Amino acid sequence: MVFFVLTTVPQSGFGNFALPIQIGAEDMAFPRLNMLSFWTTFVGMAVLLSTFFISDGPPLSGWTSYPPLSAIGKATGPGEGLGQTLWIVSIAIFCVGSLLGSLNFIATTLDLRARGLSLMRLPLTCWAWFITAVLMLLSFAVLFAAGVLLLLDRVGGTSFFIPAGLVVNDQMVNHAGGSPLLWQHLFWFFGHPEVYVAILPGMGITSHVISTFSRKPIFGYKAMVYAMCSIGFLGFMVWGHHMFVSGMSPYSAFAFSVLTMAIAVPSAIKTFNWIGTMIGGKLRLATPMLFAIGFVSLFITGGLSGIFLGQPALDLTLHDSYFVIAHFHMVMGVAAIFGMFAGTYFWFPKATGRMMNEALGKAHFWLTFVGAYGIFMPMHYLGLEGHPRRFSALTGVDFLNSPHLIHLHEFMTVSAFVTAGAQLIFLYNLVYSWLRGPKASVNPWEATTLEWTVPSPPPFDNFAGRHPVIHRYPYEFSVPGAASDYIMQDAPEETKAK
Amino acid sequence: MSPEVLTPVRPEEVALDKGSGPSGGGDGGFGGDSPDPSERAWSVPARAYRTGMYMALAAITMLFAAFTSAMVVRHGVSNDWAHTTLPRVLWLNTAVLLASSATLELAKRGLWSNESRRFIVWLDVTAALGATFIAGQLVAWKQLAARGVYLATNPSSSFFYLLTAAHGLHLLGGVIALLYLLLRARRILAHSGSGAPGRTAVEVTAIYWHFMDALWVYILILLMTRM
Repeated sequence: MVFFVLTTVPQSGFGNFALPIQIGAEDMAFPRLNMLSFWTTFVGMAVLLSTFFISDGPPLSGWTSYPPLSAIGKATGPGEGLGQTLWIVSIAIFCVGSLLGSLNFIATTLDLRARGLSLMRLPLTCWAWFITAVLMLLSFAVLFAAGVLLLLDRVGGTSFFIPAGLVVNDQMVNHAGGSPLLWQHLFWFFGHPEVYVAILPGMGITSHVISTFSRKPIFGYKAMVYAMCSIGFLGFMVWGHHMFVSGMSPYSAFAFSVLTMAIAVPSAIKTFNWIGTMIGGKLRLATPMLFAIGFVSLFITGGLSGIFLGQPALDLTLHDSYFVIAHFHMVMGVAAIFGMFAGTYFWFPKATGRMMNEALGKAHFWLTFVGAYGIFMPMHYLGLEGHPRRFSALTGVDFLNSPHLIHLHEFMTVSAFVTAGAQLIFLYNLVYSWLRGPKASVNPWEATTLEWTVPSPPPFDNFAGRHPVIHRYPYEFSVPGAASDYIMQDAPEETKAK
Repeated sequence: MSPEVLTPVRPEEVALDKGSGPSGGGDGGFGGDSPDPSERAWSVPARAYRTGMYMALAAITMLFAAFTSAMVVRHGVSNDWAHTTLPRVLWLNTAVLLASSATLELAKRGLWSNESRRFIVWLDVTAALGATFIAGQLVAWKQLAARGVYLATNPSSSFFYLLTAAHGLHLLGGVIALLYLLLRARRILAHSGSGAPGRTAVEVTAIYWHFMDALWVYILILLMTRM
């Protein structure tokens, strides 16, 4: 989920389609490299899925794959033999695919922009993809390195992560001197930027959609850009907050905690600006806008619990409890997925030439929105009551056996089924609209960026040989004195005077 | 999803040289049902290829930074770090690799002044020196193995094999890029004006090659101080 959905869809999925059009380019800078990136990622996924079909079974170590258990092999359980090895191979292949994709994004954004499109005129979506690409470039290489070391521990007999004197399932492990904490440092140096890789494209889409559907310029464009840059920058300095309970020095924990709290500042700026954009706007509550507002809501809810978890003293209790699960599912899981839905409903007309059904879209939104809160709000409470993560059944544990906690579990389960069921509405809407939806015009949302100046769907080279020239900022809505309440980015200056 | 409308544009412009350079090739446009999906009628500025290469080098820097920090930490936390004497052949290899950077510059000068012999000969020499370096690294491995020092013998030897292998594989990529340039040398020479795709390919390959050279010097210093 983290690797093959949250990393690929918001960035590569939407970015590869919309980035070149939004910057006025025919295609990404290196299309062949792009295809290589796609197929590399595909192979990585195939390797991962193949673990379901081997006799040993799929890996058990989860997405963080903490050694020593992930480094030893079969002795630690079914799936920890070949399955875990294949997991590392799969993730290493995935890293290569992501690196190829990200350097393509960076080169495209820096060097292929249309005339007049300065960096500070880029749509916020492009900024988000650009910063995400930088994060991917710098973090996936580190995960790759960690993966190589882990693989060598498993198959090469080395001891990078395996300590001396380890006894697993009554067997003495023949390794010495390694440090399991070394993996945690390397992994989380990748892992924390990775959560921003998942969420930043959603922030870009949300900013773009909220401005368009509020019929107002985005509030604080530059602040939005700098906030995203500082989130990306700070994201590299807070990996230790995943390791508060690993026996870290309280002084380091304090430093990591302060830096973690600092991320609240740019996050609050973004939230403030989203709300500021909506206030006083002529809101059009179409489905993309609903999902964008849902994103803001989830981001606030999930972000607030992050402030609790960022404090070492509280994290000692809350670590690896359901509180953490609730936090990150809200802030990076469901929010990122809401970003994807907003992007899908927003660009579907452009990509397919047909409109999606609004009634079904709204039903999908409300069920998903209420359902997601239904799943994850009670989880906070369960976490506070001490419910740990990563156990399949805790019915034998006395303090978790009280009826009111069990009722909460039942409520969450029902919510999960309802939410999953709501996705069928989305799938139906997607397929049906693709085949039978009403034809989309060039600019159905009356948006201002370049993708809405070309036919739906766009021609093969996006602009049919035309070279767009940019004359203005990306969010010129409700300009006083203008003929319509939006002015396209490539409209020449005199349009204003009309 | 295959595109419905295919409008080749600006046919008067020379289509990009197919697959120019290690940064992934210049053309593309996998248009599915288009008549010739590899023909692309628009051009990508040369600076995009340089940007792409610099970004690739940034990722490689992070890779080796991660290996370095792993080495420093592993050295620091353990009491089983044994001293390993570096094989002497590494010095020869280093000289060979440094020389290859110089010969690549000579090849570049040859291309800039459009002297085809100079370009091809020095490019040949560079590729040969690169291959010699890789062979020399294998000799170094042999010498270590002859002393009974293998990958898993000791953490210090683990890092020796790891770093030399990681660098060697990257350099092998560079050698393949050089061979590719040699294969297309005639074509590169035929269109070698400033900004021509072939020239860009030579430029970005040289950036990569010099970086690999500097990276090796860094690794050597790291190994000298930590082994």
